Amino acid sequence: MQIASDSDTVVARQAGRDAALRVGLSRTEATFVATAISEIARNITVHAGRGEILIRARTEGERTGLLVVATDEGPGIADLNAVLRDDYTSQAGLGVGLWGARKLMDEITITSESGKGTTVSMTKWCGPNEVTGLLG
Amino acid sequence: MPVSILKQREYLIASVQSALTDTEVIELRDALLSEVAKHRARGVIVDVAALDVIDSFVSRSLSTVARTNRLRGAKTVVVGIQPDVAAAMSQFGLTLDSIDTALDLEAGLELLDG
Repeated sequence: MQIASDSDTVVARQAGRDAALRVGLSRTEATFVATAISEIARNITVHAGRGEILIRARTEGERTGLLVVATDEGPGIADLNAVLRDDYTSQAGLGVGLWGARKLMDEITITSESGKGTTVSMTKWCGPNEVTGLLG
Repeated sequence: MPVSILKQREYLIASVQSALTDTEVIELRDALLSEVAKHRARGVIVDVAALDVIDSFVSRSLSTVARTNRLRGAKTVVVGIQPDVAAAMSQFGLTLDSIDTALDLEAGLELLDG
């Protein structure tokens, strides 16, 4: 779905919650997903102006979960490592949003190129999982 | 803005009616600050039971309200955070340390009455 305004963000996080429940995540986990989507969608509207969020079921072997992919063609992130440091928060909240999404989801992959945009792929798996982070 | 703000004794009670966009969160923040000044309120209760998500932006806005009101001598109490929302906030690390919280409106009024 298109993300171009803060009302799109509300629609996206509600869609994320509904999809999370459909794939079998708990209500609490669905709220984790909705909160992570809220952060990532805000990063799109604030930093890139517009972008897209795709939400779909993901299966891998025995596991099922929910995949959320956010893409934009905004300014990108020059120093991803700095943004992801625990103590980093940019004024407009780019850092805190990614940091929060990483805490709330089980997997997160961020690819970004300065001047070309950012893609954030994140998954919440059904059942107990270790949090993993991966920089791309 | 889907929020009602009512005066009860020397307090203001703001009830959020539905999910809020960031724009509406800013409107709520500014309305709370101006209404507290206008009514010389000694306390504000913000009922967020209708919020499906409390993320970093909402947390920061509520903290701003609480800190600003404190400088004016008014207390802020956030009530009604849903259990799933509280779990997500906790996992995220959004702990609203500078804000008093209570289970519901009644408990919030008790807290303000001291």
